[in-house]
Amino acid sequence: MQPFTTVTGPAAALPAANTDTDVIMPKQFLKGIDRSGLDNGTLHNLRFDATGARRSDFVLNRPEWADTRFLVVGPNFGCGSSREHAVWGLLQLGIRAIIGTSFAGIFNDNAANNGLLLISLEPGEVHTLSTLAADPARNRLAIDLPAQSISGDGGPRFAFDISPLRKDALMRGLDAIGTTLDQAGAIRAFEARHHAAQPWLVPHAR
Amino acid sequence: MSPRTLYDKLIDSHTVARLDDHTGPGAEVLLYIDRTILNEYTSPQAFSGLREAGRKVWQPDAALMVVDHVNPTAPNRNAEMPDAGGANQVRYFGDNSRDFGIELLDVLHPLQGIEHVVAPELGFILPGMVVGAGDSHTTTYGALGALGFGIGTSDIEHYLATSTLRYRRMRTMRVSLDGALLPGVTAKDVVMALIAKIGASGATGYAIEFAGEGLAALSVEGRMTICNMAVEAGARGVIMAPDQAVFDYVADKPRAPKGALWDQAVRYWSTLRTDADAVFDREVRLDADEIEPLVTWGISPDQAVPIGGRVPDPATEPDAARRKDMQRALAYMDLAPGTALEEVTIQRAFIGSCTNARLSDLREAAKVVRGRHVAAGVRGMVVPGSSSVRRAAEAEGLDRVFIEAGFEWRQSGCSLCLAMNDDVLEPGERCASSTNRNFEGRQGAGGRTHLMSPAMVAAAAIAGRLTDVRRLAKQGA
Ligand code: SF4
Repeated sequence: MQPFTTVTGPAAALPAANTDTDVIMPKQFLKGIDRSGLDNGTLHNLRFDATGARRSDFVLNRPEWADTRFLVVGPNFGCGSSREHAVWGLLQLGIRAIIGTSFAGIFNDNAANNGLLLISLEPGEVHTLSTLAADPARNRLAIDLPAQSISGDGGPRFAFDISPLRKDALMRGLDAIGTTLDQAGAIRAFEARHHAAQPWLVPHAR
Repeated sequence: MSPRTLYDKLIDSHTVARLDDHTGPGAEVLLYIDRTILNEYTSPQAFSGLREAGRKVWQPDAALMVVDHVNPTAPNRNAEMPDAGGANQVRYFGDNSRDFGIELLDVLHPLQGIEHVVAPELGFILPGMVVGAGDSHTTTYGALGALGFGIGTSDIEHYLATSTLRYRRMRTMRVSLDGALLPGVTAKDVVMALIAKIGASGATGYAIEFAGEGLAALSVEGRMTICNMAVEAGARGVIMAPDQAVFDYVADKPRAPKGALWDQAVRYWSTLRTDADAVFDREVRLDADEIEPLVTWGISPDQAVPIGGRVPDPATEPDAARRKDMQRALAYMDLAPGTALEEVTIQRAFIGSCTNARLSDLREAAKVVRGRHVAAGVRGMVVPGSSSVRRAAEAEGLDRVFIEAGFEWRQSGCSLCLAMNDDVLEPGERCASSTNRNFEGRQGAGGRTHLMSPAMVAAAAIAGRLTDVRRLAKQGA
C-alpha cells in the first residue's frame, strides 16, 4: 500500500448521485484472479463508447484532466456490490483521494484497505470543490493528510475528519494483517473462551 | 450495564480487542468472525495475497466455498464455464480449496447454489453468529439472528489469515413493521418500501434491526428477503432477533447442533434480543397495511412506486441534482414522465437471485402462472436459488407448472441477477426481475431492469407488461 502524505494534482467532478460499483468497474472486468490491468475497466462506460473509442467529452479524457489525482463526487458514491476491483481500478487510474458528502460502507473500507483516501465534507464544501474541479483553469487541489486539509489554487481551504487509526495506517502504508497477527495470542485466547461458552459454534471438519 | 441493542450485544460478545479508546459508533475493534462464505469472483486476490505472504488460513473449517456467480444455468449444464475468465476463476477456486483445506461446493455439486441461499439451508449459519463475507448481500443472515455484513477482498484476506476483522462500530437503526400486510403484498414489497422511504443511502453507516408484529408474522424465508435487500438502503449489517420460527427453521438443517447441544443453544439464542430501554440512533416505522406491491422505474433501487402509479416527472423535483439524476434514469430506462407503470411492456421476466429464489418464492410465482401462459414476445426464466431448492420444487411439480406456462426451468446460480455468466439482457431489452439491483447495465449493457416481487414478475410475464398481481389473482383460474 502506497503511503499517503501530501498529494497535489488535478481534480475531476463526477457529480451524479449513487455512482455504484457496477459503474465504477463493470462486470466484464471482474473475471481475473489478480489485481492487475483494471485501469482500463475503471468507469469504462463513461470513458469509452460501445466501439471502445474514447469519449472525448468525458472529463477524464480531456487534456486538462490528464493525470487526475482526485475525484469530487456526488452522494452515496461506491454503493452496490462489494467488489474491491472498483478501488483497485481507481488507484490504477491514478486516483489517490475522493471527496464527497457520503460513501457507501463497504467501498469505504475497501478504500481504507488500499490507501485510497475518502474525504467526507459538507454539501456546500463539496459543491465549492466540485465547481473548482470542473474549471480547467482552477482544477488543481492539494491534500495534506497530516494536517487534514484540502486546498484549492489560491482559493478555499477545508479541514476534514479522519479516524486516527485510518490516518496512521494511510500515512505509513501499513499491512493490516501483519498488525493483527501481532495479536495472534489474544485471538487464540478469545476463540477458546468463545467456543467454550457457545460450543455449537465450533466448526466441524468435513 | 446500560441497556443494549442486539447489535451492541453481538459486537460486544465478538470483540477480541479494542483498537482505540472510543466506545460508541465509529469505535474500532478487532472483531471475531464466526463464519465466512467465499465465491469465485471476489476471493481470488485474497488467496493470492495469502500465497504471496506465505500465510495460512486460521480456521479453514469456518469457511465454505461456493461457485455461484460465473457458472452457467443451462438446464443440461456440465462443468464447462461460458468463458475463459470464469473458467480460470473456477479453476483457481478449486486450487485454493485444495491448498488451503476449505470445503468447496463446485458447479456440479448437489448442494451448489447462490451462497446466501445455500448457507442457511445447510445450517452453516446459526443465530448469534457474526458473519462477514465477500458479498454485499451477506446481510441475508440477519433473518436467522446472525449479524451479517459484506466485506471486500482485502478484508476477506484479513479474515482468512486471522478469523477477525478490524471493524468500525455502526450506528443503529430500528425499522419497525407495524400491523399486518394486505393480501398480495410480500416481504419484497416491505423492503422496497423501506428503501423508497429512506433512500439508497438512508441506512449508510447504520446497522439495521428489523422488529415489529408485522415482521413476526413473516416466514423466515420472507425475512431473508428483507435482510438481503436492506443493503440497497446502504445498511452495513442487518439483524432480527431470532424467535421460535427461526429455531424451527434451523432445527432440521444438516449442520445444526443436535441433542443436548441444541437445547443449550436454544436457551442462549432465546436471550438474543434488544433490551427494553435500549436507544437506537434512528427509528423508522413502516405501516404494513399501507404497503402496496412496488416496482422500480429508474436505475437506483429507491426509484420505486406502487404498481398503480406513474413514472414521476423530473420537472416537479425542486432539487437540481436530483432532477438531473431522474432525467438520467428516465433516459436510460426509455420512459416518459407520467407513463402509467402498467402500460410498460417487457421482453424478459426473471425469477431468481438470493433475494427471491427460495422455495416459498417459487411457490408464490407458480400460483400466479398455473394454467396460464407467458405472453408472446416475452422470454421468462426461472433460476432456483440452489440445487436443493430446485429438487424440492421439482418434488412438488413446480417445474412442470413453469415449463407448461412457457418459462425456462434452469439450474441454480446468480445468473441474470448480475449477468456474469451467459445469461444477459440484450441492449434495450426490458426485464421484470425479482432481483435486487436495477443499476445501469447490471443485467447486461443497455438492459433495463424493473425490480419487483417474484409474484409480480410472474404476473408481468403473463401480461406482457408490468401489472398488479392482485388483479390477475382476482381474475384467477
Ligand atoms: S444472486 Fe445477485 S445479489 Fe445475490 S449473490 Fe448473486 S449476484 Fe449477488
